[in-house]
Amino acid sequence: MPFRLTFTKRIEDVPRWYPFVISLGAIVISFVISGILLKLVGGEPLVVGKYFYTAAFGNWAVFSDTLVKATPLILVGLACTVAFKMKLWNIGAEGQFYAGAFAASLVVLIPIVPPDAPRFVTITLMAVMGMIGGAIYGFIPGYLRAKFEINEIITTLMLNYVAIFWNNFWIFNKWSDAGFQMTPTFPKSAWLPRLTDYARPYKTFMETGNPAITGFLKNIGLERISGMTLHLGVVFGLVMVVVVWWILERSRWGYEIKLIGDNPHAAHYAGLNIVRNIVLVMIVSGALAGLAGMSEITGVVHRLQERISPGYGFTGIIIAWLAKLNPFAVIPVAILFGGLILAGREIQPSGLAMLLQGFILFMIISSDVLLRYKLEFTRTRTSGETV
Amino acid sequence: MNLVTILHAGMATGTVLLFATIGEILTERSGILNLGVEGMMLLGAMAGFSASLATGNVWLGVLAAVLAGGALSLAHGLVTIHFQADQVVSGLALTFLGTGLALVFGEGLTGQNPPLLPDLTIPLLGQIPFIGPSFFADFNVLVYVGYLLIPATWYYIYKTRPGMHLRAIGEKPEAADTVGVNVYRLRYLYVFAGGCLAGLAGATITLGVSPGWYSAQTTSGQGWIAIGLVIFAQWDPVRAAVGSYLFGALRRGILDLQGPATLLGFVNPLYINSNWGFFLKMTPYLLTIIALILGARAAKKKRLGAPAALGVPYIRGERGL
Repeated sequence: MPFRLTFTKRIEDVPRWYPFVISLGAIVISFVISGILLKLVGGEPLVVGKYFYTAAFGNWAVFSDTLVKATPLILVGLACTVAFKMKLWNIGAEGQFYAGAFAASLVVLIPIVPPDAPRFVTITLMAVMGMIGGAIYGFIPGYLRAKFEINEIITTLMLNYVAIFWNNFWIFNKWSDAGFQMTPTFPKSAWLPRLTDYARPYKTFMETGNPAITGFLKNIGLERISGMTLHLGVVFGLVMVVVVWWILERSRWGYEIKLIGDNPHAAHYAGLNIVRNIVLVMIVSGALAGLAGMSEITGVVHRLQERISPGYGFTGIIIAWLAKLNPFAVIPVAILFGGLILAGREIQPSGLAMLLQGFILFMIISSDVLLRYKLEFTRTRTSGETV
Repeated sequence: MNLVTILHAGMATGTVLLFATIGEILTERSGILNLGVEGMMLLGAMAGFSASLATGNVWLGVLAAVLAGGALSLAHGLVTIHFQADQVVSGLALTFLGTGLALVFGEGLTGQNPPLLPDLTIPLLGQIPFIGPSFFADFNVLVYVGYLLIPATWYYIYKTRPGMHLRAIGEKPEAADTVGVNVYRLRYLYVFAGGCLAGLAGATITLGVSPGWYSAQTTSGQGWIAIGLVIFAQWDPVRAAVGSYLFGALRRGILDLQGPATLLGFVNPLYINSNWGFFLKMTPYLLTIIALILGARAAKKKRLGAPAALGVPYIRGERGL
């Protein structure tokens, strides 16, 4: 080979903008490769790409739908972030999502509160139950890992399947709505309010008929907001972003989590209780994913049914990694993937969104090498010479 | 529902897990953790089915499956061996990538009928009562390939020089390097071998055990069960075989339990209300967790464990962690 690729370890720190540019480049490359693949199977990458954009970000109404998809993604992205910070590979956010949804729906299905209870009470109780359900489901693999050193990757993944069958048992059986594979619709008191419900001042704005205001709103495509689907769950997500950021970056516990993640031996000698921390982190991670499940059933489908998640738990892994385990960065990444999932629903071939996610994750982790190493092509003197 | 049919079906479905588990054992023994088995398996399943359909030759299908699984695994090899990326995340990415590729390229394969693997009965052995029909009769050819693979890998890992090198690069790569073993090249080789076997496992499903393409349902998590079985098997091919065939029999037994109206003289609750079947469907996944617990306890007792360098990137000229 006349050329040779050499890796030199970076000694100096890279500039702050550098990781960001690299990640962006990785995403662009993944889109390009997926486009080429799509062309290979006979698709029209540019048409599909344009469709993806308009279907996810084309106007305020679809952007609201994108945010609805991003809501559970923010929460499961945070769930993975917390666990990954400690190098705990919780890939069971999917199962914890289902466990949370199940536990939350018990509130109205058993029922724990009557259907005419105040919305505030029902919703709060459901959120708490959802978090408890997810937390219990995260506790099991956490305890097995901490006490018996059972690989949490496998246990969390196996429990995903168990949670889905468990939910199916109840919705096909005891709580089936007239034999359909879903429970009856929840009473209105268990519906998360849509954000448009709070938009009364906005309506009066429009009703004033002031042409300056109405004209401006028309120009930016916001003359009608009544059909918008965005619900209170997104607020849960944003609040949790701040909570997780505070835990990880400002609290003593967050420092312990990072210390254990970086060097468990040092943490052990420093006297940190690793067993307890593993269990606690899995509980928090599970609770966040469980809240995502609760938000989805109370905010979107308003019942417990099959396939409430098109793999949110798995996308959460990619989101956490793409956001470089930074809680605030989870928000834009979740919105991007929310759009991808929303537009990908109606697109053929059906695996395209998944393929794109796989490419992006692959490119991101391979591009990380550029942060740690300088890659240089050097010319070798003679082609016959061995290197 | 009788023992012979369950054993027979168990050996057939167990072969899928066997290939994937032994492949992952080879990969992990070399120090690389590849969690992408499910993706490689699904891609192999699709490639095998599709190539057999396109060429009309089932063997070309098997070849395509093996190469597809192997090719995908090389992406993991590049990222983890040369770029030293996190092996867990890379493996997860591989699962997404393989699943996505399989679903995109597998569009329209449902309901097609490609040539399938031929069935074979071993002369003489197949005639032995009970044993013959359970283990040596009317199986697709790959089941017998699986039988041969178990002693072959065992012998290779424990009794040959390349097998010793394989164990060395997984336990102490820097020591292997000092005696002239090319750690990088061998790790690529065993990642590739693991990918090929995962691809073969996929072809075993779509061209043999349960023919047809059912998108992501085709593998339904068997790649993950295989990774669990590696731990249960303590990275040993013979224990892997026991685990694989047991799980295979179990998967089949579960289906069979729902058939009859009475079980051992009692009314079969599964027959009356098929919803109880959801609990039965959980059992393979729950048993994987139990198998892991058992494996971990046995490992502690015998002081066995994962290859020491599993998951740790090797950087020549640098001290390991």
